[in-house]
Amino acid sequence: MGIQNLLWQVTKKAFTGGIIGLTISDRCCSVVPVRGDSMSPTFNPQRNSYLDDYVLVEKFCLQDYKFARGDVVVFSSPTHYRDRYIKRIVGLPGEWISSSRDVIRVPEGHCWVEGDNKASSLDSRTFGPIPLGLIRGRVTNVVWPPQRVSKIG
Amino acid sequence: MGSSSSFWNVAYRQAMKSGVFVAKVYSFLHVTTTYLAFPAFAFGPSMIPTLHPSGNVVLAERISTRSRKLSRGDVIVLQSPEDPNKIPIKRVIGLEGDCVSFVVDPEKNDESRTVVVPKGHVWVQGDYTQNSRDSRIFGPLPYGLIRGRVLWRVWPFQDFGPIGPTTT
Repeated sequence: MGIQNLLWQVTKKAFTGGIIGLTISDRCCSVVPVRGDSMSPTFNPQRNSYLDDYVLVEKFCLQDYKFARGDVVVFSSPTHYRDRYIKRIVGLPGEWISSSRDVIRVPEGHCWVEGDNKASSLDSRTFGPIPLGLIRGRVTNVVWPPQRVSKIG
Repeated sequence: MGSSSSFWNVAYRQAMKSGVFVAKVYSFLHVTTTYLAFPAFAFGPSMIPTLHPSGNVVLAERISTRSRKLSRGDVIVLQSPEDPNKIPIKRVIGLEGDCVSFVVDPEKNDESRTVVVPKGHVWVQGDYTQNSRDSRIFGPLPYGLIRGRVLWRVWPFQDFGPIGPTTT
């Protein structure tokens, strides 16, 4: 009887902790790994996957979707909504972006994102401006590895 | 001295307990409305006759949108591509790969356009096409902007019942 009670207590506490953790991760901030080198040298300056950067993503910006040019954001891919990409905003709504062939105006409610490593980056030059609603958070700091801990600004 | 310090102890412990309780309630509400179902107050003319323009309270679920089980005719809650702070409700007319035809500007002429819905997108239109900003204006909607699928109308009570693919 004591073991059952103990198990139940532990399960309840774990469940509550999980829910609170999930809420903090969705509303406050979370830590995500950066894969790939499309944001080199800002993230992942080397190509070893066990030296991938881990970054802090803050979610408070999702209250009003006010971003600035130069913000590094995490967003859902417009074509594969389960994939998340990390790129930098280089164009806000209403601004003009010169892409390879012509000059494009970023429509209202959208933004133009590009990776820092233009040679190997799948970004708005391929899939066009993305709606701001696809953004899932803003990267503020690198938190791992310890020698690369820094504020992104 | 002894009694006043124990008052602050008791007060501190009460505050901690209330704080934890508030955190638990907030987290539970957040997880339920983000991953299960949420209520929404819907108003506006774009979904006449399915939804009243003066206001309805509907229940929307999140489970089928996360597992891609949307079908043509579903009424969905989405985030507008024109303004991320606006949350319109529209009906899914076409899924990815479908061919959708629509009249570009009904007031000007009868010119119509046919669009193939790209991968990862859906085509949405309001039921009252004369007064609805939908995919005919902002193009196909990326799946990532879909917030939920409308299941049930809760208020006004005389229209309590399911909202779904059977269009009038």
